[in-house]
Amino acid sequence: MTRRPQSKSARLTRRTLTAGLGAAGFIAGMAPFNIVRAAGGPLKVGVLLPRSGLQAGIGQDCQRGVDIAPAILKSMGLPELTVMNGDTESNVDTARARAEKLISEGAQLLVGAFDSGQTTAIAQVAEQKGIPLVINIAGAPQITEQGYKFVFRNFPTGPMIVGDAFNNQKEVFAAAGHTPKTVVFLHINDTYGTAIAGAVEHVMPKFNMPYSIVEKIAYDPAARDLSVEVTKAKATNADALLVVSRLNDAMLLTRELVKQRWTPQAILSMGPGWYDDQYFKTLGKLADGPISFVPWYDPHKKLTGVLEAALAKSFPGVQLNTNQVFTFEALLVAADAYKRAGSTDPKALTDAIRTTNITDNASIGPGISFNAKGQNDKVKDGAIQNRGGKDVILAPQDAANTKPEWPMTPYQNRG
Amino acid sequence: MPLEVYLNVAIGGVLTGLVYGLMALGLSVIFGVVRVVNFAHGEMMTVAMFLAVVLCSALHVDPLVLLVPIAAVLFVFGYVLQRGLINPFITRPEHSQFLLLVALAIIITNTLLIIFGPDARTVQTAYGFDSFQFGRIIVDAAKVYAGIAAIIFAAALFVFFRFTLIGKAIRAGADNHTGALVVGLDVKRLYALTFGLGAACVGAAGTMMTLLVDATPMLGPSYTLLAFVIVITGGLGSMPGALVGGVLIGLTEALAGLLFTPSAKSMFAFAILVLVLLFRPQGILGKRLA
Repeated sequence: MTRRPQSKSARLTRRTLTAGLGAAGFIAGMAPFNIVRAAGGPLKVGVLLPRSGLQAGIGQDCQRGVDIAPAILKSMGLPELTVMNGDTESNVDTARARAEKLISEGAQLLVGAFDSGQTTAIAQVAEQKGIPLVINIAGAPQITEQGYKFVFRNFPTGPMIVGDAFNNQKEVFAAAGHTPKTVVFLHINDTYGTAIAGAVEHVMPKFNMPYSIVEKIAYDPAARDLSVEVTKAKATNADALLVVSRLNDAMLLTRELVKQRWTPQAILSMGPGWYDDQYFKTLGKLADGPISFVPWYDPHKKLTGVLEAALAKSFPGVQLNTNQVFTFEALLVAADAYKRAGSTDPKALTDAIRTTNITDNASIGPGISFNAKGQNDKVKDGAIQNRGGKDVILAPQDAANTKPEWPMTPYQNRG
Repeated sequence: MPLEVYLNVAIGGVLTGLVYGLMALGLSVIFGVVRVVNFAHGEMMTVAMFLAVVLCSALHVDPLVLLVPIAAVLFVFGYVLQRGLINPFITRPEHSQFLLLVALAIIITNTLLIIFGPDARTVQTAYGFDSFQFGRIIVDAAKVYAGIAAIIFAAALFVFFRFTLIGKAIRAGADNHTGALVVGLDVKRLYALTFGLGAACVGAAGTMMTLLVDATPMLGPSYTLLAFVIVITGGLGSMPGALVGGVLIGLTEALAGLLFTPSAKSMFAFAILVLVLLFRPQGILGKRLA
């Protein structure tokens, strides 16, 4: 057996090795320039929302806030964002998996996710990976009580929502000239619902409310029939219904109220659902009357007008609401931080978010800034009522544009 | 609480329980004759629910009008399924049957997810917000219609099994497999017919269920479990037992929601199951095995 001579092209010579090392050195030397070039491009923002599943209606409503954002951010002189969509499917485990996937695909900042349970899971991933998360909507207080360094929330916590709701309720009762003496409290049994229910229990005594809660009724988030719950609530003969729900169950509750021929003096909601566009479209005249005590937009702010115009252009017939406003504001925080940081580096972005001070926003309150825990503790609730298929603002006085209608028109008299 | 509150809730529970009972009746009929436990039962019901949703919105008709056509479609589906897929597994060990039907359930759920997505879909009817008032008792109109339809469908099934030749032949095959073969009955065909009839029950129950709840692809496993709870409570293989079990579970869930907490409704249904298994393992109307 003879040894085959090695071909000239396959031989590793000292000259080839030197040329290879030189090329490698050149590429390595160019790498910082590559990063600089990336930093000059759009910021990759992973937007996690429940676009399908039980909360799909609200998730898709939040998505409208994402859809109208690019043109408005550009008009405000803010840098471009590349939105990477992630669907949490209204499920905590999917939310966690999608957050991980978006980060692995290059997301440099996360926004989301409407639901407290899903947001809690995403916050853990963001913190673990060192990627900033700007929460659009989620009220469970514990999310910003964990000592997280990368998590920021421009939305009130449960106790803030409840505290503001009680103040606004007193304003509404005074303006209406009616005060309920008793309420029955119906709440969904998910992370948000139990957080609000806990907050009501702890916060209510401090506010000296004019009514008493005659019964608390918790129900399953996946409940498909709420007839027993409404029968139980009706049997209390309470003046008003205090409720924390989502969209699907808000519609189920309304259907049952109609079927069981019970119209309380007022429906006082401290959660989503009752003001949503889908609620109006599905229930028509039956949608009128409920008052929601929720984070809302200030109709007198300049940005509100801009958002309303953009929404009317892109989605004719859809009303501006919390979902779109706070999702847009989360992207506003991201773009503002990116502009000031001048880099996609997560730490630089996080530092920039921490020093956010946006006063030209849309939500009620003095503006957007974050405390040491990453919470915007200045954002305020409003009181809004469904009237003639639209949302009108009853409180706080600075943001109000009309007076309350009290009591609700009986469902049976609505034609 | 006033008496009418209990009556309102109890009537609603009984009416919902009748629809549950019809669904479970299908499971009971299949097991009673074919001796195969249909682990894809709830998923077949979601197929019927989506058929009802799609056809109602396309044809602008009431779900009750579609009750018989959808039951017929499910009958054909069940017949073909039994002849083509399940029949070869009848003599195989139970774990093989279990795996086959669980696989079928997963395939159905995921097919529905691919076609319709995970969102809830509903049927709009003219009486969607109606209720009947009898003094201080208020009853949901949709539940009344669904309950009446369930009784009529179940009665038709009883008549079929008791008074028709095919029904008698199916009962004979269930009672004595070898004897049925000896007298020349085509037992394989009878099994397929029975599976089809069980599927038709599910089709009718699913169509009526769209009046009461929104359809989502993920409903299947919970309805399969519910059907098992009902037939074991009522007596596995007993047709009247399935209806009685359905009504009992519907009533228990409703009253438990009223007397305790609504979020613990299912817990009480399982508590009934445990009690039945402890004190009457053959079920309320089931026959004790020799």
